[in-house]
Amino acid sequence: MASVPAVPAHASSPHHLDTSTGLDSRKMAFWCFIGAESLLFAALIGSYLAYKGASLTPPFPHDTVLPNGQVVKGILNIPLTSVSTFVLLTSSYFMVLALAAIQRGDQRWGTVWLFATALAGSVFLGFQAYEFTHFVREGLTLRSNLFGATFYMLTGCHGLHVLVGVIYLLTLGVLGMRGRLGPEKSLNVEIAGLYWHFVDIVWVIIFPVVYLIP
Amino acid sequence: MTSEAAEILHDQHAHPGPRTYTKVALWLTVVTILEILAYVFEKQLAGFVAPVILFLSGLKFAGVAMWYMHLKFDSRIFSGIFLFPLSLAALVIFGLLLLYHALHPLPWVG
Repeated sequence: MASVPAVPAHASSPHHLDTSTGLDSRKMAFWCFIGAESLLFAALIGSYLAYKGASLTPPFPHDTVLPNGQVVKGILNIPLTSVSTFVLLTSSYFMVLALAAIQRGDQRWGTVWLFATALAGSVFLGFQAYEFTHFVREGLTLRSNLFGATFYMLTGCHGLHVLVGVIYLLTLGVLGMRGRLGPEKSLNVEIAGLYWHFVDIVWVIIFPVVYLIP
Repeated sequence: MTSEAAEILHDQHAHPGPRTYTKVALWLTVVTILEILAYVFEKQLAGFVAPVILFLSGLKFAGVAMWYMHLKFDSRIFSGIFLFPLSLAALVIFGLLLLYHALHPLPWVG
C-alpha cells in the first residue's frame, strides 16, 4: 500500500500561506523590526529616567526648589502636550478605520482615513515644533543640562519616527487615490498601521514618564 | 484541524470592525483624561500619583497593542516576537535606573 504524504490540516485552506509558520513573512519581519525599535526607545527612556532630576542648572521640567530656597518654575506645558497626545491617539483611530475600509474594498474611504491619519500626525509634529521652539527660546538646548540632552534625544527621536510615518501614510494615500489599494493590498495598509500604532504606544509611555510624573 | 491551524485561520480573518475600534477609541480617551486628572490632583494623591499614572498608561498600551495592533486576534507568534524584546526593554530601563539611582546616585537638583 502506497504511503500517503502527511498534509497539514491548514494546507487545504485558501488562506494558508506557504511559509514555515503559515503566516505572512512581511508581517513577521515587521514585528521583528518593532521589537528592535522597542529596545532603541527603551535605551532613550532609560537614559531620560536615569538622569531625571540630576540637572544642575535650569531650565527644569517641573517646578523645582533649589538648595538655596529659590523656586524655579517648570518649563513643560502640560495642557498643550495633553492636546497633542489626544491628536496622536485620534490618529491611531483613523488608521484602524482606514484598514477596515481597505479590507472591505472601500478604497475611497480608506484613502480619506489614511490622509486624515497623516494630517493628525502632521498636527502632532506642529505641536512638537512649537514646543521645541518655545523651549529653545527659554534657554533649553541639547547642551543646557542633562534634562535638555535626554529630553531632545527622546522626544526628537520619536518625532522623527512620526515624520517617517506621515511620509509612509501619504505614499499609501497617493496609491489609494490612484486606485491601487484594493483589498488584496490590505496587508500593506496593516503593516503601515502597525508602524503607526507603535509610534503611538511609544508616546503612551513618553507622555506620562516625561510630562505627567514629577 | 489542529489548534495551530485554527489559530492561523483565526489570524487571517478575525480583525474587529469600526464599531469595536470606536469603543476602544472612547475607552482610550477616557483613560487619557484620567491620567491628566491624576496629574492635576497630584497633591491629593500624594505618593500614589506615579503608580496611578503608570497603571493607566499600561492600560492604554495594552489597549492599543491588543486591539489596534490586533495582537488579541492575530497569531500568538506575533505576541511573542513583540513581548520578548519588550521584556528586554523593561530590563534595560530597570538596569539603568538601578545603576544611576541606587548603585551610583547622581547629585539631585531638578
